[in-house]
Amino acid sequence: MSKARSAPVRAAFIHLALIAYTLVALFPVFLTLVNSFKSRSAIFSAPMALPTPSTFSLIGYQTVLSQGNFVGYFQNSLIVTVVSIALVLLFGAMAAFALSEYRFRGNMLMGLYLALGIMIPIRLGTVAILQGMVAAGLVNTLTSLILVYTAQGLPLAIFILSEFMRTVSDDLKSAGRIDGLSEYAIFFRLVLPLVRPAMATVAVFTMIPIWNDLWFPLILAPGEATKTVTLGAQMFIGQFVTNWNAVLSALSLAILPVMVLYVIFSRQLIRGITSGAVK
Amino acid sequence: MGSLQLKSIRKAFGPHEVLKGIDLEVQDGEFVIFVGPSGCGKSTLLRVIAGLEDATSGSVRIDGAEVINTPPAKRGIAMVFQSYALYPHLTVKDNMGLGLKQAGTEKAEIDTRVAKASGMLSLDPYLARRPAELSGGQRQRVAIGRAIVREPKLFLFDEPLSNLDAALRVQTRLEIAGLHRRLKATMIYVTHDQVEAMTLADKIVVLNAGAIEQIGSPMELYNKPANVFVAGFIGSPQMNFIPAEKLGQTGAKTIGVRPEHIALSRESGDWKGKVIHVEHLGADTIVYLETEATGLLTVRLFGEHAYAPDDVVFATPDRASLHRFDANDRAIA
Repeated sequence: MSKARSAPVRAAFIHLALIAYTLVALFPVFLTLVNSFKSRSAIFSAPMALPTPSTFSLIGYQTVLSQGNFVGYFQNSLIVTVVSIALVLLFGAMAAFALSEYRFRGNMLMGLYLALGIMIPIRLGTVAILQGMVAAGLVNTLTSLILVYTAQGLPLAIFILSEFMRTVSDDLKSAGRIDGLSEYAIFFRLVLPLVRPAMATVAVFTMIPIWNDLWFPLILAPGEATKTVTLGAQMFIGQFVTNWNAVLSALSLAILPVMVLYVIFSRQLIRGITSGAVK
Repeated sequence: MGSLQLKSIRKAFGPHEVLKGIDLEVQDGEFVIFVGPSGCGKSTLLRVIAGLEDATSGSVRIDGAEVINTPPAKRGIAMVFQSYALYPHLTVKDNMGLGLKQAGTEKAEIDTRVAKASGMLSLDPYLARRPAELSGGQRQRVAIGRAIVREPKLFLFDEPLSNLDAALRVQTRLEIAGLHRRLKATMIYVTHDQVEAMTLADKIVVLNAGAIEQIGSPMELYNKPANVFVAGFIGSPQMNFIPAEKLGQTGAKTIGVRPEHIALSRESGDWKGKVIHVEHLGADTIVYLETEATGLLTVRLFGEHAYAPDDVVFATPDRASLHRFDANDRAIA
């Protein structure tokens, strides 16, 4: 083992910092999970304790699954998230391809205009969005949420993807044109596979705010049939009484699907973050 | 087989004019090479011929037919790129066959043509591999194979050897020369390497700043450069340029003499000078002199010579091989 590039003290400090950060980040998740398996009195008497045979209880999960339509809420959340990601990736990639590949008047301005959405939060336009949705008759539909989330995700997607698409070899696209591939075939068959890591990055960045959002479901689709998980969990939080077992259980369950999606994307994501830094 | 005519091709990116009216005739079966320094517009010209770049004005005719509004795939051309540009997700065989497949050629026909091309380039053992599993030289052979399979009227090469190491470059250069002899196809080849240009071309087109400086066979360019630019660009080491007045000559502004047309002697000669640096290449010895009459002078001697820095020597140019240029840098006949 060469010692030229390793300093044990420095390495120890680095690991200490990383471990501390991991603990801070995981602690709320740990607390939520642990307490979701305890009885109500045990949550309040010893919130830090692990469930013991005497305090173990599935009452929270039973409440969640029996009261309200939680399976339906999950379904709504999944539909909204997955469809929004798909639309963001499709339209974002297409816009990014146009911006990076074709020279046209106003290309730069168009790029800046599309990036503006990164700086201005979409919630500023909530009133106008609600008025628009009412006028279009889309209130209390999943479509309204999908439309808003697609708009919310596109600016960052276009920004990241157009940077990546600039790195795709021009020669490759030229070769495709000479071989008679259409512009769509060049986009879907040559360019998209090469920017897959970037697509995964965008998918993760897009997915998490959508899944966690409470604002737009509350305003645009509060109806029973269109409730999402985050909104559904709110029904256990009352003004005077909060059913903590049910809230914690609902939140624990809500972590699962997003984790599955994350695991799917993460292999690509790691390549996405490091690509460009090293060849 | 194909011929090519270019008429007053202009190309501007915004206010910046990259091609300033290019006229060129290429005969059927010719091997034509565009050379020039980087940024001279040679690659842009090739892309205009391919249809990958729209010319601002002008006409491109392939086999007599105007193709300026024809998409690249329908021009009957094939192109080999510097970065190989193979499709990473396809096997070697599918890479070579894609163009034909897109054109709706029958599968049996595609297979025959791919087999023929891969035999020619000894790619048979690699047909099932993907580009990532090949070395640089093999990848470039696949790219050439992809061009051959299309049986184009015109082969276009865009600096195909630049990414290869020196040994492979020589080998691939020989392969391309052999290919041209065998296929008797019209080939247009862009490079900034004058050795490639001199060794491969039937006809060299020297470009500079978006305009053609001279068109001619390699030896014409070497022996009768039309102007100072071509004289300096063709030949290595570069031709020595000496202000005519320093030599007391009239009727010319600059006198050019190639390093290989100067003799050195320790005893006597026209120009007395001091050796600054010597490069021993085995077959050649390159001697750099500082002379009173001419300033810095490069001399190329054949074989080994024992000159060392600070030696005092005399240089004598071969009078018959002097090039004379006028005030506009044009050669005086």
